[in-house]
Amino acid sequence: MELLLRDRRAILTFIGPALLVYTLVVLVPIVWSLVYTLFEGNVIAGFQFVGLHNFALLVRDPAFWQSVAFTLKYAFFVTIGQVGVGLLLALLYVFYLRNASGLVRTLIFFPVILPTVAVAQMYSKLFEIAPQLGLVNSLLQAVHLDGWVQPWLGQGGTAFIVLVIMDIWRSMGFYAVLLYAGLIDVPSEMLEAARVDGASGFRLVRSVVLPLMTPILFSSLIFSINGTLKVFDSVLALTNGGPGQATTPLTLLMYNTAFSNGQYGYGSTIAFALAFMCLIVTLVIFRSARRNVA
Amino acid sequence: MSQTLTGQLDKTQALARKLQAERRRSVKKLLGKAPLAVIVGLLLVVVIYPLVWLLQSSFKTTVEFATQPTWALPKGFAWQNYVQAWNSGMATYFLNSILAVFPSLLLILAISVSAAFALEVMTWRLRNPVLLLFLAGIMVPLQLVLLPLFTIYFQASLIDTRWALIITYTAFGLPLSVFLMAGFFKSVPREVMEAAVLDGASIYKVFYRVALPMVANGLVTIALVQFFFLWNDLLFTLTFISSDSNRTIQTGLLNFTGQYGQVDWGPTFAAISLAVIPTLILYLVLNQQVIKGLASGSLKG
Repeated sequence: MELLLRDRRAILTFIGPALLVYTLVVLVPIVWSLVYTLFEGNVIAGFQFVGLHNFALLVRDPAFWQSVAFTLKYAFFVTIGQVGVGLLLALLYVFYLRNASGLVRTLIFFPVILPTVAVAQMYSKLFEIAPQLGLVNSLLQAVHLDGWVQPWLGQGGTAFIVLVIMDIWRSMGFYAVLLYAGLIDVPSEMLEAARVDGASGFRLVRSVVLPLMTPILFSSLIFSINGTLKVFDSVLALTNGGPGQATTPLTLLMYNTAFSNGQYGYGSTIAFALAFMCLIVTLVIFRSARRNVA
Repeated sequence: MSQTLTGQLDKTQALARKLQAERRRSVKKLLGKAPLAVIVGLLLVVVIYPLVWLLQSSFKTTVEFATQPTWALPKGFAWQNYVQAWNSGMATYFLNSILAVFPSLLLILAISVSAAFALEVMTWRLRNPVLLLFLAGIMVPLQLVLLPLFTIYFQASLIDTRWALIITYTAFGLPLSVFLMAGFFKSVPREVMEAAVLDGASIYKVFYRVALPMVANGLVTIALVQFFFLWNDLLFTLTFISSDSNRTIQTGLLNFTGQYGQVDWGPTFAAISLAVIPTLILYLVLNQQVIKGLASGSLKG
């Protein structure tokens, strides 16, 4: 048996294809991208070595900093929203709906699997103003809040709000299920004991349930922030970064820099800045998690 | 006699009182639950109503859009919206998506299941580092590989072909699939495989005849999870596909609403509905597996 499991040629046969594809299509391009940061140009016009010029450009580029600010702002609000609403939903499932929560759980999860483009198109119709009022503006008009009827996606501030609402709507069911799984793992004897001691409602949640859920809460946070820092699909399909540059995250800035302006080197530099940001944020959450647990 | 009667009466009255009290209590309980029911109801409206609105709007005529309030039910089924959407591109986009996604799914399953077998069942020195290497791929921002991949495909004349998509989808489907698959192999009892070996089976036969059937459920889960990722992919098809006739459903839909969205609301809503329907059906049938699969896929990542 042992001998059979140590068969080198068999191991290579099994792992070979995966390792080959993965190395060529994922690992090599990552290194290649790092090399690109030292060059300027593109695949059609050719490349030119520019040293650290791209990094110098990056630090002085107002568009870059604007995108960093937007990305962080978006990630902050959506992460809090996703995990926060998800947690409330999970508490609702476990403590109020109890065994009857299956159907509600399934329904609220549903938007998670919808194509982002379709959801974004739907939202742009929901918040439409011209040529016809969308659902939201129609409802506002119906309840005589005519002053609130506005081009939601045509203004930076409101476009941001719609984007945040959409992405929380899309993913709250997912985080609800994740945290629900963590919640039902909380031993019921512990809850009983706390109830006997007189804890209930908010206090029970705050001092018994949440501490027991810390590990899963932190993994949800890390997962969420890594997703939201890399937001691309929903922005592209809902606002395409506009109006102006108002809703352009780093991913979209990188995409436009590389493919609209043909600046591969600078585009790669932005991509690395993004990767660096994800790493830092994850590490910060990780460290605070460890401190919290200890 | 009369005493027993009064005793009886007392008993009945007590019972009636008790019943009344119980009913009062249950009414109170029901009232106590009312705010909760309202909250759950509102929640479901917020999640489901936009989709109902989307579907009902897809059956409206241009006249209805102009003259009726937007929440009004459609007067009839304007199927011509769907016909128009289908004929002005959605049919092609659908076919392109299917031809890119399903070959990729097969490749992902075949490659990742054998890799996971090597990583979890077989014994060799570098298996932990290699597993970690695959895991790292889950964290990488896709923007990091976009430009080198574009260069490679451009040099190989693969830009604007579905091969660019199939290759990329397969490679980026691997990290999560290998990782999940390794987990499934972990739960296969070793004794079963040992028995097969004692019967004189080769390692390939053990893999194919013994291990593979035991992780069939895992294969279904991974296929489901990856289907949603690939079907909903926007970034890669946006980057590697340029001509309209090669667009997949996501870029196709973007293009469609860009062209018709302002004027023809009916066909636009129909096109959006068409993009939603396959995932909807899959979810209706397999929702529990989908939920479990997606949730397990993320937490370990």
